[in-house]
Amino acid sequence: MSPNEPLIELDGVSKWFGAFQVLRDVNLRVHEGERIVICGPSGSGKSTLIRCINRLEEHQEGRVVFAGRELGADTADLTRVRREIGMVFQEFNLFPHLTVLENCMLGPTRVLGMTAAEARDRAMEFLGRVRIPEQAGKHPAQLSGGQQQRAAIARSLCMKPRVMLFDEPTSALDPVMIKEVLDVMNDLAESGMTMIVVTHEMGFARTVADRVAFMDEGGIVECLPPDRFFANPADERTKRFLSQIL
Amino acid sequence: MTPGSRRARLGWVDAVVLAAAGAAILYLAYRVDSVLEYRWDWSAIPNFLYRWDEETGRWVPNLLMQGFFTTIRLAVLSMIPAALFGAVFGVLRTAGRLFPRLLSRTYVELIRNIPPLVFIFIFYFFISSQIMPVLGVEDFVRRASPATLRSLELVFGPAALIPNVISGVVCLAMFQGAYMTEIVRAGIQSIPKTQTEAGLSIGLSRWELWRRVILPQALRRVIPPLAGQFITLVKDSSILSLISIQELTFLAMETAVSTTRVFEVWITVAGLYFGLCYLLSLAFARLEKSTAMART
Repeated sequence: MSPNEPLIELDGVSKWFGAFQVLRDVNLRVHEGERIVICGPSGSGKSTLIRCINRLEEHQEGRVVFAGRELGADTADLTRVRREIGMVFQEFNLFPHLTVLENCMLGPTRVLGMTAAEARDRAMEFLGRVRIPEQAGKHPAQLSGGQQQRAAIARSLCMKPRVMLFDEPTSALDPVMIKEVLDVMNDLAESGMTMIVVTHEMGFARTVADRVAFMDEGGIVECLPPDRFFANPADERTKRFLSQIL
Repeated sequence: MTPGSRRARLGWVDAVVLAAAGAAILYLAYRVDSVLEYRWDWSAIPNFLYRWDEETGRWVPNLLMQGFFTTIRLAVLSMIPAALFGAVFGVLRTAGRLFPRLLSRTYVELIRNIPPLVFIFIFYFFISSQIMPVLGVEDFVRRASPATLRSLELVFGPAALIPNVISGVVCLAMFQGAYMTEIVRAGIQSIPKTQTEAGLSIGLSRWELWRRVILPQALRRVIPPLAGQFITLVKDSSILSLISIQELTFLAMETAVSTTRVFEVWITVAGLYFGLCYLLSLAFARLEKSTAMART
């Protein structure tokens, strides 16, 4: 892969749920170290788009390329690609039968083949970075929403992914917890992690994003650096959306 | 809630209900005693549990206890293959491919929609007349060395009845397995799809996802309904009396006829079944507690 080649490339991606078209000819290139925020009204296809990047959703037309490898139906290849793509969900989706530490160790031991001791060290390092090392021995149900989401971020980071996908990571949280999670995401951005974030947190978009993409009816309407995106968006729909949300 | 406030206390409504139930039992006893004109005679029963063997000079199990032990053997022996059928077909029921789904669906529907008794009449014929001779169970038992025979008898009961018991076990396991399949399927499907997505997104293979994420959670959820099904299995083993498997119900029928102490025999048998099933209930309750997830 040459330095100029994007880490992630979506090329004319379209997807239908039955007769309903959720994605319309989406094109997006994300380079290593870039931070992209995707926003738009609900039902505009943001989540579906981000889920196509690690193929939790299959697209029907176009190409999704990660680090030079096109995503297809080959399961073994897909498993290898998914190790390198971290994903954080709106509802955290921690494994309830495992402790926080075990949640974080599962991938490193079962996928990366690390020993339990190595995996534990790595898990504790990342739990420290998301500021919940003291919760390691607890089960997810014993944690607050904000702590659960940070544990889920740590679980993804333990795989040392090349990109982190966030699918509305703060939508299920109250304001105090939103701040906890956003602080962790800010740290992560500062560390140089490539991030694609679906969110309604416009403050985060303004300060952290390199580019903000606005989606409507399954397509990316425009994708601009935050200062231009917020100051003078070109499209009428973007203006309307911003006037509603800000 | 304070710890003490959950302790059960009897209110006046409970007292009224209990009194009514007590009165009903007394009335029933009176009816049996005076109207039915049944002469209770329990004296014969203990002898049918254990009898004194003059030859060896020891107490040995008589018909009812022999039957009881056979029932326990049948239950324990068929639980293992039944659980295995349930687990395997239950997983196949949730498979992505059509063929495994079709196969296990056929198994379940075929057995679930035929009365157990009818199924056993048909199925037993095939097992005892076709499969058992092919397996050569009878020959194997006849040629077994005394040491092998002793361990076989420990597991399967008296040597002469081994083919008989094995046929019973296979029948019972086949039809109980179908019900367990449905329980396992429901357990697996109750695990939200988001768990699969979380597992896949950290790069777990399908197998690891099953082994580490789905099955451990599904197992915990199926313990209570599976416990119920195991107890049903013990009780349903009485159906095997109709294909002449010499378990508790079969021998109870013989005893009831030969002694004419019909009620006494059946009440004793009911007590034996209850004891066995209740023990199972308690065991499963403990298992459920020990595997319960940590919750706040």
